[in-house]
Amino acid sequence: MPVIDAITDLEALSLTFITEHDASIERVWQLWADPRQLERWWGPPGWPATVTEHDLTVGGRVRYHMTGPEGEVAAAWMRVTEIDAPGHLRVDEGFSHEDGTENPAMPAGECDVCLEALDGGRTRMTVVFSYASVADLELVTGMGMIEGFTSAAGQIEAVLAG
Amino acid sequence: MVVQIQLLSDAEVDAVFHALADATRRDIVARVIEREQSVSSLAAGYAMSFAAVQKHVAVLERASLVAKSRQGREQIVRADPAAIARVRVLLEQYETLWRHRAARIDAILAEDPDQ
Repeated sequence: MPVIDAITDLEALSLTFITEHDASIERVWQLWADPRQLERWWGPPGWPATVTEHDLTVGGRVRYHMTGPEGEVAAAWMRVTEIDAPGHLRVDEGFSHEDGTENPAMPAGECDVCLEALDGGRTRMTVVFSYASVADLELVTGMGMIEGFTSAAGQIEAVLAG
Repeated sequence: MVVQIQLLSDAEVDAVFHALADATRRDIVARVIEREQSVSSLAAGYAMSFAAVQKHVAVLERASLVAKSRQGREQIVRADPAAIARVRVLLEQYETLWRHRAARIDAILAEDPDQ
């Protein structure tokens, strides 16, 4: 399995994925930097992505939509907040309305990507997906809720078990 | 992500996020996870009116995060484990999604001769 570590932090509401790939850092960077490559792996299973706008500069946007098995379309956006090729990319991301404008009612978050060259031409990719402070989203504070849940984590387990 | 949309309707997701966007409501959920209690016992813990607490509980109830039942003259609030489990599932779905992505990344890299 390419994923060597997946860390779920319910309290910080972040998900960290660390993977290692048998390719150079420049090559792995292309998976993000080339829209034709990005759309080959970004969409969830059964929901291929089509990238319609791809500007990897700070403030630049990536727009894409994913097409579901029944022909449903889910449009989404990313906004680049930091970029330092080929090692670092940080974007805010969320969903769009059908007309392409951002839909603040849907889950949104932040995705931070770090690439590191390893010995032997391999590359480690660390992706931290978190519900960070995307300004216009009530959701962000909303997801702080898990803190409330996990402060009683033991009890939750007991409740769920019961 | 799309996996979430399939799990909960847009309206349900909105209700859950709206309900939990408020610190008092998050606190109420944490308290009733610990033990079920009456609205008046909850209200005793906050510097706000009984009616205000009752309104918060109603918002949580609409999001199915808590359930209310009557016991004599008291309204008992308890956490809804099913709803809390769904929040957990949301996070697990993200993990599954990233595992799929990583697998496809490797497939793309493998077919590329000049990696």
